[in-house]
Amino acid sequence: MAPLLELRNVTKVYSRGLIHRTSTTALENVSLTLDEHEPTILTVAGESGSGKTTLAMLLLGFIAPSSGQILYKGKDISTLTGAERLAFRREVQAVFQDPFAVFNPFYTVDHLLSVPIEKFKLAKSKAEARDKMYEALTAVGLRPEDILGRFPHQLSGGQRQRINVARALVLRPRLLVADEPVSMVDASLRANILETLRSLQRDYGVSIIYITHDLTTAYHIARSIIVLYRGGVMEAGDVDAVIKHPQHPYTRLLIDSIPWPDLDRRWGETEIKAREAEDGSVGTGCRFAPRCPFVMEQCKNPPPLFQVGPHQTASCFLYATKPELEPERLSELLPV
Amino acid sequence: MPPVLQVRDLQVTYYTDSGRARALDGVSLDLNPGEKLGLVGESGSGKSTMALAMMRMIKPPGRIEGGKVVVGGTDLTALSEEAMRKARLSKIAYIPQGAMNSLNPVIRIGAQMMDAIRAHNPEEPRAEAEERCMRALESVDLKRSVFKMYAHELSGGMKQRVCIAIGILLRPQVIIADEPTSALDVVTQRQVMETIDRIQHELGCAIILIGHDMGLMAQFVDKVAVMYAGRLVEVSRVRDMFTDPKHPYAQALIRSLPSLENKGVFQGIPGLAPSLLRLPSGCAYHPRCQHAMEICSRAVPPLETINGSRQVACHLYVEKDLYAEKA
Repeated sequence: MAPLLELRNVTKVYSRGLIHRTSTTALENVSLTLDEHEPTILTVAGESGSGKTTLAMLLLGFIAPSSGQILYKGKDISTLTGAERLAFRREVQAVFQDPFAVFNPFYTVDHLLSVPIEKFKLAKSKAEARDKMYEALTAVGLRPEDILGRFPHQLSGGQRQRINVARALVLRPRLLVADEPVSMVDASLRANILETLRSLQRDYGVSIIYITHDLTTAYHIARSIIVLYRGGVMEAGDVDAVIKHPQHPYTRLLIDSIPWPDLDRRWGETEIKAREAEDGSVGTGCRFAPRCPFVMEQCKNPPPLFQVGPHQTASCFLYATKPELEPERLSELLPV
Repeated sequence: MPPVLQVRDLQVTYYTDSGRARALDGVSLDLNPGEKLGLVGESGSGKSTMALAMMRMIKPPGRIEGGKVVVGGTDLTALSEEAMRKARLSKIAYIPQGAMNSLNPVIRIGAQMMDAIRAHNPEEPRAEAEERCMRALESVDLKRSVFKMYAHELSGGMKQRVCIAIGILLRPQVIIADEPTSALDVVTQRQVMETIDRIQHELGCAIILIGHDMGLMAQFVDKVAVMYAGRLVEVSRVRDMFTDPKHPYAQALIRSLPSLENKGVFQGIPGLAPSLLRLPSGCAYHPRCQHAMEICSRAVPPLETINGSRQVACHLYVEKDLYAEKA
């Protein structure tokens, strides 16, 4: 059977300007397969501008890839129509980063929850719809009686974000694309939301793509990880291997910069090179080369993925002695 | 050395249609020059209200109902509106949350910085003031050319650093940074925090860092103050806080932290944050507290000094002290 969602050599280029066209490659040649029968949590990590959100938008079918294909159950999502498209919309759900921007300020939050129930005919009666709303809100740790009937501006950011998770929950999706779902939420609530996401995967068999820049939460929730930098895959593999033994210099920098809540584990001493060439094209070589402390002559060429461990791959010439991995086979390496 | 900042019994109330919300209920705090204090708590615990109250920037329906904020000997709450306007930025500066939205998009960075200087020293010659802005930009690792740029030409981290540069223009004695890095990725976050750290050494000012990222606190501050429902529940040195938290809420907060050792263990804090409109009687934390005793629902525990250096507001420790005295 065809996988739930498949990315085939997807590249996304944003262009602007009429006469002097400048283009930014937001994502380059990414292949990824998500199997319906093996629900997993995959983290896509990277700093701002790494192409994380572009990947989310592509997966959700909000934007079309510049080249390559995105397949949903074997069919290109740009060709889906009618019932298939509706099914895709229901089964692939999203939770976005900014809990302030996704609400319509003119409607109460009931609207946000009741519309999908109506649209997808999830409830036979008003009472059943209400039960579903109560259930979903309780599942994300909210008191329904405090929330229903309120307007978005009357709620805090944390409450709004949990309503978004509740909305996705109501639909019982197959895949949840969570774009920085906890970056604007309190640390104590963060644990609750992440636990909700994980039980979604464990109990309902929902695959989750968790997009974040926070490697601490990624480590705790995910099974596998893909580290992006300026649109390219830098390192990928088993989350334990990548976080505990990062190989790529960029991943090392990221992990060195995590503020661990541990007084004996200070921030790394490694100096951070400021971002050179703030925008514009990266050239043809390794994207990280301008900031890399180990930069070599070879780095002017694009580094392929090298398999550095049984479940780990890094795109860096430091590991040129290891076997090369074709980008199409990236998913085979990721544990589920 | 006398404390550079003394907050005494600060009280802020928001008057809403559904009742009075006491956002800040008698908060007292001392800060020495050069000290870095972390203020942590859940959303709605009063962290940002505390910052705004110290700046006297609480807007209606909120009101400062009582208390004092003394910075370097001046009581800010007693100043006239005009004097308070002068005091902002020159005595006490505020680095806002979300620098993305704090800069004016249609005015050059330089003009916004000059604005700040002019408001305080209208007589300062233009060339001198410009030089001061340039130096401030350089001190936060930005190029002089940023002076002539617009906000949209800068990345998130650069915008945040512009806000820091504006904050330090007039060399304030106290800087309040309200979640300065919550929207930034880890690498940029580290750069910004290192910048703040260096600035603080240069100016010798005190810093209050507001946030809920305990990891950041562990890396940055000297002292941590934990807020719950508008009150301070514990103030401890950072090492004490992380190794031996006293207040049950602080304990739960520390336990909920992710680390490399306890993968997959999520210990959120059970229960929900109370609504400020309907605070539980007695200690506001008692419905969620696993050590709750009979007295907790009757009396609000005062913030008491224990072991000399730390302050805790919990009946668990008041009782013990009483027993010790009796014995």
